[in-house]
Amino acid sequence: MNIFRIIEQLSEVDSDVLGRFDSRRAVFKTLGDTAKKGALAAAPVFVASLFQKAYGQTTSTSVIDVLNYALTLELLEEDFYAKMIAANQVPAGAPAGAIALIKKHETAHVKLLSDTITALKGTPVTGKKFNPAKFPADYTTQLVVAQALEDTGVRAYKGQAGALMGQMAGATSLLQVALQIHSVEARHAAHIRTMRGQSPWIPASDSSLPEPLGPVYTGAIPESNVTQAGYDLTKQLPTPYSATDAAAAFDEILTKDEVLASSRAGGLVI
Amino acid sequence: MSKIINSSGDEAGFAQPLYVPIKRRSFFMYAGATAGATALLLSGCSDDDDSVTPNGISLGSGDVGVLNYAYALEQLEAAFYAAVVKTPATDFKTGELDYFKQVAAHEAIHRDFLKAAIVNVAKATPVQDLTPDFSKITFTSRQSVLETARTFEDLGVAAYNGAGKYLKTAAYLVIAGQIVSVEARHAAYVRDLLSNGSFADDSIVDGSGLDKAMEPVDVINAAQGFIKEKLDAASVGK
Repeated sequence: MNIFRIIEQLSEVDSDVLGRFDSRRAVFKTLGDTAKKGALAAAPVFVASLFQKAYGQTTSTSVIDVLNYALTLELLEEDFYAKMIAANQVPAGAPAGAIALIKKHETAHVKLLSDTITALKGTPVTGKKFNPAKFPADYTTQLVVAQALEDTGVRAYKGQAGALMGQMAGATSLLQVALQIHSVEARHAAHIRTMRGQSPWIPASDSSLPEPLGPVYTGAIPESNVTQAGYDLTKQLPTPYSATDAAAAFDEILTKDEVLASSRAGGLVI
Repeated sequence: MSKIINSSGDEAGFAQPLYVPIKRRSFFMYAGATAGATALLLSGCSDDDDSVTPNGISLGSGDVGVLNYAYALEQLEAAFYAAVVKTPATDFKTGELDYFKQVAAHEAIHRDFLKAAIVNVAKATPVQDLTPDFSKITFTSRQSVLETARTFEDLGVAAYNGAGKYLKTAAYLVIAGQIVSVEARHAAYVRDLLSNGSFADDSIVDGSGLDKAMEPVDVINAAQGFIKEKLDAASVGK
């Protein structure tokens, strides 16, 4: 494949072919990097992605589905914190400040995801709410649900990262944006956990808590898992580590079906 | 494709042929320069070694480069918390040392796990053991320890967030995702110790609700002051 020949031919029907690439310097840099690897086998993929960007067609349905799934969870969280603030039981000062900050982020995530889906010519989901019948009457239990939502969010984003590999919105990596949301959810989760007197990270024992928390930490790969990439972290590393430290050192994924199960976030959304 | 159809229906689109040869020529000039530079680079580098270049110890390229990059940062964090636990700040508050012992264990696990994965899963050579330079940190002072911890944790989160897109192997991306959220939990904890409520404040989360993401070269530049060996992240993920 001779990319220069292809571009030459394209320029005969499209005089602006070079202008279509988001940045000429980026194109030349990428060309150089590709050539450097000597990865001829990868060249067609590279060229396809180059032209996919330049002549940006519709994004695949599966990517829109993933973004709408994330948006559903963000709408659920946003509405939950709106209800929590409206219930007016959050103590003034640090607790109220934290809940307001988290609500602000969830609202920003809703807007960002909706705008991105629209820009990719998809249709953003709307109207997803936290089921009022499930909203706790007291502040203590409201915090329990907040922890359930945040730790679920962390696991949910992690479960979808693979589906966003290599996916772009213009010059923006959708995967990177998802990761940037994901770590904010983890910061929220850590803070809510400490508001409840819990450790900011997830000990193995959380997987056996009663609902609504317990199911958040279970699943095909529970948070109590101590094996990564085939390594039992308590036995196979040069230094032995405790099961609690090994479990807490890694957060685990939840699949979409697991997240949307009635025992988890799926049971809270209407 | 619609743009092509539009321009072919537009006489004006064909009325600018003069621009085409110019653009084409400049394109081939760039292409020629790139090819030349590439040949030079190829002749000057071997793929598998931790080669020491004038820019420092290379972390490598492709997925292995990303794994080595993470391994280098985890070495730094693990060494820092090992020192925190070994000589705890004299003014730590109740419970803080216990939590830092847990954080120290998490980081040591990340370090040991990444090294094992690079050797046995990626079948590659891990970057050498690094020598930390913690001469600027006052380990007896809670404030100094917390501020350094905040720097390391926020940097670690931004590093993983920025490097994920360079991974080609989905399984490695999952591993990076499983680690980064724990780093974010550490970051939130340390920030709250410094100032309760700063776990995700406006200094670290932007108006779109996004945490920071940094490129490998920028992260290594920021971390370099704490490492005696000079590191080169220029080819990480490339």
